[in-house]
Amino acid sequence: MWNSRRLVLAHLWFAFAGFGAALPLGEWQMFVRSPLHAWISDPEWYYRSVTAHGTTMAYVFPTLVAMGFGYFVTEQALRRPMVGLRWAWLGFALVVIGTIAAIVPVALGLASVLYTFYPPLIGHPSYYIGVVLVVVGSWVWVALMSINMYRWKRDNPGAPVPFPMFATVAGSYLWAWTAVGAALELLFQIIPVALGWRSTIDAGLARVFFSWTLHAIVYFWLMPTYIAYYTIVPRAIGGRLFSDTMGRIAFILFLIVAMPIGIHHAFEDPQVGSGFKYLHSVFTALVTLPTSLTVFTICASVEIAGRLRGGKGVLGWLKALPWRNPVMLGVALSFVMLGFGGAGGLINMSYQLNATVHNTQWITGHFHLIFGGAIVIMYFVIAYDIWPHLTGRALDSFGLMRAQLWTWFLGMIVLTFPWHWVGILGMPRRMAFFDYTDPAIAAQAASVTMSVVGGAILVLSGVLFFVVLVRGQTAPRTEPATYRFSVAVRPPRALPAALNGFGLWLGLMVALTIVNYGFPIAHSLSTPGTAVPAVKVGERW
Amino acid sequence: MTRERIASFRNPWFTASVAITAAIAIVAAIVGFVWLPLAHPGEQFKGVWDAICSAAGLVRNAASGTQIVRPDFLTTSVEIDPQMLQGASAESIGRGATLALRCTMCHGARGLSQADTPNLAGQYPVTIYKELVDFKTGARASAVMAPLVTDLSDADMRDLAAYYAYLPRVLAPHSAASETPHIIAGGAPLRGIAPCGACHGEVDSKASAAWLEGQPVIYLRTQLEAFATGARHNDIGEQMRNIARRMTGEEIDAASRYYADRP
Repeated sequence: MWNSRRLVLAHLWFAFAGFGAALPLGEWQMFVRSPLHAWISDPEWYYRSVTAHGTTMAYVFPTLVAMGFGYFVTEQALRRPMVGLRWAWLGFALVVIGTIAAIVPVALGLASVLYTFYPPLIGHPSYYIGVVLVVVGSWVWVALMSINMYRWKRDNPGAPVPFPMFATVAGSYLWAWTAVGAALELLFQIIPVALGWRSTIDAGLARVFFSWTLHAIVYFWLMPTYIAYYTIVPRAIGGRLFSDTMGRIAFILFLIVAMPIGIHHAFEDPQVGSGFKYLHSVFTALVTLPTSLTVFTICASVEIAGRLRGGKGVLGWLKALPWRNPVMLGVALSFVMLGFGGAGGLINMSYQLNATVHNTQWITGHFHLIFGGAIVIMYFVIAYDIWPHLTGRALDSFGLMRAQLWTWFLGMIVLTFPWHWVGILGMPRRMAFFDYTDPAIAAQAASVTMSVVGGAILVLSGVLFFVVLVRGQTAPRTEPATYRFSVAVRPPRALPAALNGFGLWLGLMVALTIVNYGFPIAHSLSTPGTAVPAVKVGERW
Repeated sequence: MTRERIASFRNPWFTASVAITAAIAIVAAIVGFVWLPLAHPGEQFKGVWDAICSAAGLVRNAASGTQIVRPDFLTTSVEIDPQMLQGASAESIGRGATLALRCTMCHGARGLSQADTPNLAGQYPVTIYKELVDFKTGARASAVMAPLVTDLSDADMRDLAAYYAYLPRVLAPHSAASETPHIIAGGAPLRGIAPCGACHGEVDSKASAAWLEGQPVIYLRTQLEAFATGARHNDIGEQMRNIARRMTGEEIDAASRYYADRP
């Protein structure tokens, strides 16, 4: 039955290899623009590194983790062989080819445009085509998730789709739709210019298209983490999932309200009207709903585990929890980072407060704390949890795992808290050089240095992660027990059709996207004179 | 279990979710498109529809009676894109060579000046063309250049640009390159000054930024000072005026000397 083992392992190894390569780049960037290092005199190297770090960490790494984990869930949750294994390998090949096609021009300095593209900057076409291939490869995964779920439903009429599969399919649909924005930007705006067919580009429209992708992509990164919260954590710590229905509603809400909110990234952009900015702000605020539901459900599930383990009283169950279990430790640390990061996010989504932190280092701190912290730490936990089932070898360096999770958490806090702070002091982001001898920013030198230390701790933690995995890969063979996901306190026997499928929710997602994005896009398209000359990067004049 | 129809008003999930989503969107739209714009102090809308159009991001005409301030000087009419004037033909270069005979008095027989005027040999074609157009339209003022360009057609100016770009840059017998001044390599971020080298070579080169190396020091200094005072204003985005007016006298001097001394 377990057909996709090699497939999942290939996805995860390639994902983590990319992560391992991009991690030291981040620390190098932090170091060379800190007071600890003299100015490198050529900002191009800095932006080249930022582009490689961002492209790998934001597109390749989480996409492959979501794909690999999705294939794992498909077979393990549906308890039958996955349909379309060959197609899945094709999708993987596309992602690998796309990654190479994108990274080579970046490494050569021909596409230092940062992973968010920033037109009218235009880099080498191979970079953009590579990114498109990565997305197309992931769309193969989206189709396979959908096909597998519907085949299962056809063969099990009326039965509730297992929750892990339901959540995975929700994540795949979210990705399919949110990737459309960047795909439109790349295919119709950027790539024609990069290939030399056009010399001007509507940068404002491109930013609106990218915002379509830019925010919900974060929730796509978040999906494996949330799926792990619901389907791995309660089982791993000996408890039960508090509510299956609540979980389904949380994922459905993500599908609807995570999508039409990206313009909060463009609050300072003149090409979007204030009314749409307000609309997006309101829907961004609504994303706190599924997150709050999740925090509540998972805390309740963890409490059940604590009480099943003999914990008594108002807080006694906390002490009874298996804190030495890496999954327990991981989810706790992830929640702490989610709390701080989420609070920062509320500041970003409000128009006025955003004005004080817009384009400052605060933003960089924010998304590293949420993505690099709360989300990625659960990617480690997922790997630790499923690795024995992939390799057929024991993974039992529990002490090292705990050390890895702790160092990741501490490193991320030490990296991002000073980052937030200098952002409030007004330090801009995307700058290659800061002159700390100037009295105006001399006081920020200590904070920036602290971030360098945080980054170094993260690199150490990354090394520990690979040590754990490699030790697992070389351990003696064992036959792991059948993999199980969490069971709900009351497993669903029958569900309303609305909670067992996606038709209604996809309809609402698309409708809200049209309401929130339709006019700004149509307006940009129909306004003459909005295109500006493209600026080619990496060409010498 | 019977097959339940989802898209039906009898299905409570459908009715409730559509109603709640629509209600949130409508209330948010009323607040964002009507209430907030009208409550905003200082906005003068003619009515609710005007406020909605404004919040939707429509470009509105200024209210009647509003004074539109236009600059009291001409600015450049040249729109530059990176592919402009690439790959000139031999004929164009040849015509440019003939036309350039009238320039030799100041700019030298082969585009190398002996008179503290700019060296044109090997200059980017876009730069030559843009400056010629600006002299002709009056966007850049020069008592010497203005009469010389009045009878040049657009094609003439393109040919001249092609010719001078074609001439080899002769390495002037200047002193060896000194250490790169900070203003060239790092700029002054806190004063909003990008490194000179980020556009004019050294670090990177940008379309429309001139080749400065080996130009006469007096010429470079005079131009920076002219940008700083606003006497020269043919940089349409004010990129050079904003930079030059924030540079100190020492920085202007250091940058001019650095580029003049470069081979």
